[in-house]
Amino acid sequence: MKLPKIPQQIISLFILLLVVLTGFLFARKYFTPPSFGLYGHYRANAVDEIKARGMKYAGSESCIECHDDIYNLKAKGYHKNVACEICHGPAGKHADDPSETSPEIPHDRSKCTICHDYNLARPTGFPQIIANQHNPGKFCTQCHQAHNPTLPHTPNECGACHREIASQKMVSHHASLECTTCHEAPLEHLTDPRSFEVKKPMTKEFCGQCHARDANSPVEIPRIDLQIHGGRYLCWDCHYPHNPEANR
Amino acid sequence: MIKESTSMTRREFLEICLKSFPLFVFFPTFWIDELLAFDAETYDPTKHNYAMGIDIDKCIGCGRCVAACKIENDVPKEQEYFRTWVERYVVSTDGETQVDSPNGGIDGFPVLNSDETILKSFFVPKLCNHCSNPPCVQVCPVGATFKSRDGVVLIDEKYCVGCRYCIQACPYGARYMHPEKHVADKCTMCYHRITKGKLPACVEVCPTKARIFGELGQQSSPILRFLRFNDTRTLKSELNTKPKIFYAGADGEVR
Repeated sequence: MKLPKIPQQIISLFILLLVVLTGFLFARKYFTPPSFGLYGHYRANAVDEIKARGMKYAGSESCIECHDDIYNLKAKGYHKNVACEICHGPAGKHADDPSETSPEIPHDRSKCTICHDYNLARPTGFPQIIANQHNPGKFCTQCHQAHNPTLPHTPNECGACHREIASQKMVSHHASLECTTCHEAPLEHLTDPRSFEVKKPMTKEFCGQCHARDANSPVEIPRIDLQIHGGRYLCWDCHYPHNPEANR
Repeated sequence: MIKESTSMTRREFLEICLKSFPLFVFFPTFWIDELLAFDAETYDPTKHNYAMGIDIDKCIGCGRCVAACKIENDVPKEQEYFRTWVERYVVSTDGETQVDSPNGGIDGFPVLNSDETILKSFFVPKLCNHCSNPPCVQVCPVGATFKSRDGVVLIDEKYCVGCRYCIQACPYGARYMHPEKHVADKCTMCYHRITKGKLPACVEVCPTKARIFGELGQQSSPILRFLRFNDTRTLKSELNTKPKIFYAGADGEVR
């Protein structure tokens, strides 16, 4: 049996297809980067190229190695979360070779007002000033220590810092009590609140000084039997001392 | 013949064993070393899954993250180019929300005057969401943008042809066209820093710890603690992009 004759034009088309196909396969082999498609539809070496970019910020942990005194001072104060390079600028070069370059030491007010100028959208309680009215012409560092900032004038009222507690106490039956009635506050707490902490009452008997049956206090104060009331629980497990009417 | 092949004495056998000992010891180690040399020394990308948390209640809008990002990543100084930026949302009493971000928040925000009509106002830092299901990667015609094995969406600068499809595809507007390199550019989560165990530049400089960085796969990671203690949401989750930037304290207005 004789095979049917393949027409000439089909053979030419087939040869053309073969040429194009081999051309494509060669082009794909030579033009695709070798690492392409190793982990997915991308050039795997690009990851290493991005990884190899230089760092400009050294990070606070590099600063501690030499400037541990300033770091320790800062760690106790309100600026403990403020990284060194926020104010002093990127210090990657300085960390590599301290003698070559040194980071800037800002004295300008604008460095502080970036965070501390009044802005409505800032969270409540974040210390803010209106820079135009707050001692204009003076440098911030004349009154405040940048690494351990405190208020230059010590506040007279506890509520200046403990605002939430003060506002609760204000509307409670304990409104007439001074904070120092229950809390023993060392004088240093005003200037260095984290190192000198305020003492809290530890026992039931402390509340009992006013609220026990035999207590020497005005008659209108509610009384309980210290021996049986509340069992093994302490008073503040159930009653919030700053607002005792609101049971927790 | 058979006798000859089994004529090895015990002494000969032990000698051969001893001589071939170095072969067994050194050969496989060379081989493994060669395999490891392809990847960077000890970093194994399959063991990491990076994510970032943003606590809106803590952000003070100082814009230090934006400034640090521009320095660290050589982002052009002009006002149109940002890898991360801070937006201020102002919700008025009649329910309208206005968003502004002058120069990305680097120079601070203008003072708001009419306090009576403002219901609330807050700052929202924005950046590439490093989606687990990234639309930008799907549209790239040349495979220049991709999700690396540690979950970070990256751009191959040498391979990008600058067609801008990805810039249009990104629902978060996190990409821009680099004016000098003429390639798409965006946040890499500071890939060159995190692979060396450092924090991204924006997280490093955040003074109120409003940005939290960590790994989703590690129990001790700060990001898991952040996710446990906060009610978080992701942006435009209805698009099924599965972002890896988690926002705490974000209201419905934040998009």
